[in-house]
Amino acid sequence: MSDKRVVYVCCDTGCLANGSMEIFNEIVKNVESLNIDLSVKTIVKPTGCNGLCEKGPVVKIEPDGISYFKVKASDVEEIINKTILKGEVINRLLYYEPVLKRRVKSHKESEFFKRQLKIALRNVGEIDPENIEDYKNNMGYLALEKALFHMSRKDIIEEISKSGLRGRGGAGFPTGTKWKQCDSIDSFPKYVVCNGDEGDPGAFMDRSIMEGDPHSVIEGMIICAYAIGANQGFAYIRDEYSLAIISMEKALIDARKYGYLGDDILGSGFSFDIQIVRGGGAFVCGESTALMASIEGSVGEPRAKYIHSVEKGLWGQPTVLNNVETWANVPIIINNGCEWFSAIGTKKSKGTKVFSLVGKVKNTGLVEVPMGTSLRELIYDIGGGIIGDRKFKGVQIGGPSGGCIPEEYLDLSVDYDSLKEADSMMGSGGMIVMDDRTCMVDVARYYLKFLSEESCGKCVPCREGIKRMLDIINDICEGRGKEEDIETLKEVAETVSEASLCGLGKSAPNPVISTLKYFQEEYKEHIFNKRCRAGVCKELTTFYIDADMCRGCGLCKMNCPSEAIFGDLKKMHFIDINKCSKCGSCINTCNFDAVKVR
Amino acid sequence: MDILNFNEIIEKYPKEKRYTLAILQDLQMNFNYIPKDALKALSHYLDTPISKLYSMATFYKALSLSPKGKNIITVCDGTACHVRSSSVLIDELHKCLDIKPGETTKDGIFTLQTVNCLGSCAIAPAMVINDKYYGKVTPSAIKEILKQYGGEIDER
Repeated sequence: MSDKRVVYVCCDTGCLANGSMEIFNEIVKNVESLNIDLSVKTIVKPTGCNGLCEKGPVVKIEPDGISYFKVKASDVEEIINKTILKGEVINRLLYYEPVLKRRVKSHKESEFFKRQLKIALRNVGEIDPENIEDYKNNMGYLALEKALFHMSRKDIIEEISKSGLRGRGGAGFPTGTKWKQCDSIDSFPKYVVCNGDEGDPGAFMDRSIMEGDPHSVIEGMIICAYAIGANQGFAYIRDEYSLAIISMEKALIDARKYGYLGDDILGSGFSFDIQIVRGGGAFVCGESTALMASIEGSVGEPRAKYIHSVEKGLWGQPTVLNNVETWANVPIIINNGCEWFSAIGTKKSKGTKVFSLVGKVKNTGLVEVPMGTSLRELIYDIGGGIIGDRKFKGVQIGGPSGGCIPEEYLDLSVDYDSLKEADSMMGSGGMIVMDDRTCMVDVARYYLKFLSEESCGKCVPCREGIKRMLDIINDICEGRGKEEDIETLKEVAETVSEASLCGLGKSAPNPVISTLKYFQEEYKEHIFNKRCRAGVCKELTTFYIDADMCRGCGLCKMNCPSEAIFGDLKKMHFIDINKCSKCGSCINTCNFDAVKVR
Repeated sequence: MDILNFNEIIEKYPKEKRYTLAILQDLQMNFNYIPKDALKALSHYLDTPISKLYSMATFYKALSLSPKGKNIITVCDGTACHVRSSSVLIDELHKCLDIKPGETTKDGIFTLQTVNCLGSCAIAPAMVINDKYYGKVTPSAIKEILKQYGGEIDER
């Protein structure tokens, strides 16, 4: 063995839940006991998420370019003996590529990774996030040096403007314009804020970046602070993201040690530092003005935005607030230039976007693709299609502010403007795939329940309107739906979206509007036939086993938590409806499509 | 619990309004809830009306004014978990422990709560007990998991 081998173990939240820490410790212990000459010693490093959380824990071995998936602690000895000592590949741990129908040595050969273009996630899963040297070896902090010593402040803002970078938090406001506006205001101090309050359920790219590549966010913030003349920054991070907070804290300490933060950064005379503020678990705090109120130490209620926060933000001073993913894009744009960046994507949406591809899709995880990629490519080519090859029903994009897009729009190009036209929005990039086992009325109910809990209550249309819509949909789902409900829903939705104070309320009716538009059949079925075709709304659902389809395998019986299924092996099974809790475990596990919804 | 204890936490921070949330969170972490006396002490320390602090403590989900159980079960009800039947897990936990989200069992062993997304969507449906993550949880696995925490399970 001549080359130094590096073993990367994914220690992101998803893989940790699958026991990756145990694997990491086991590999470290084994490698240390190997007693190999130090110059060729194998190094073990924890990394952030490589995207394919579904198949975790993930172990990568470089420079061999081997990726192992679903590794168990019991596999460690074999990995050490075969791969690390002899360079042999262990076939059974390799990723099975469903399109090629064979196992591939490196994850990079798979369709899931080949179709991606990683810019914001360039380092996530590739470096040890706790090691600033790792980041530096991947062009880290070069952009900061370039900005400080080879560019004027105006040049920096111009570069970001020309790149066409738009806010990755949802609304897609041009980042350069924001910086320019803030720069033009002659009032100090100014502030730079990182919005890490990733509240959209179903989206976790910001968590992944903060956990897997915190320095890219920090570097982006320092460059902006220099450009607009700010000396203090804040990173507001969701309370639920404990690992992200730890990772960012460690990165800030290291950045200070290396002179990238603090007084007189790299001898340039410019001073800047960042403080972490932990969120309090309120969705509305992802709204910029609410977030600022929360940093100031108040209840996180938004304010009307007739004066923008670039003019009067934190403590009434000019403030630039960007989302985590936006910040992570900044250093690489400065390094590679605006032309490089603006060549990627569509006419009005430049660069890439990270999506969390989740729900009923085979390859769940984080994916980064150029703007303009079609939904079909995302869901079928990268995502591998629907779990169990069931029927695709729709995809929800943009969290509670977004909408559901049906099958006929699968060829839609994913960018800010096309999504808006289809009554959805980019949002933070949560992409929840739904199949025929998802009830679209229940999805609307889910978002309304979410928003009614998260509405801060300051303005009436949002507080009361969402509640009224939820009441109506609850009635529909529980079998009390009335003919006029659909019209009433539309009317309330319109009022809420027009009269609410902030973005939360204005966009709150979107899930209702889009499901009514594309899936009105299901609403009508609930109201008039008292039937939920997906078998989700319990009051309207009765499961039964189709005698012709049942093979008597007993899988449903084994998985039923209520012991409501009877039948002998290889004979037809049946469901005792008095015992059935309607959880749907049987329909989800049956391999023969024998469980039906009446 | 003695007064010194929470004063120590409070006085770690400068007397500035912007640290209010951080102090409240530290109190929450230390006591598992925010005791009334601590709220009073903080009001005095920051020279802020107690009503303001109460409004914060009830606004932010991370804060709680009533004590929580020994083990905190957090079921993720984010969208990805929801479409993969997280509500069924909540029903199953309700069946086993006879508590609804937000409630604590009579013996004080479990508190059940939901969260709107843990960002662990790839392993949906996800559940956390204290600091341990459970991914792809099925209703039939719930009882086994609960047993590890020594709760009395109602076998109905």
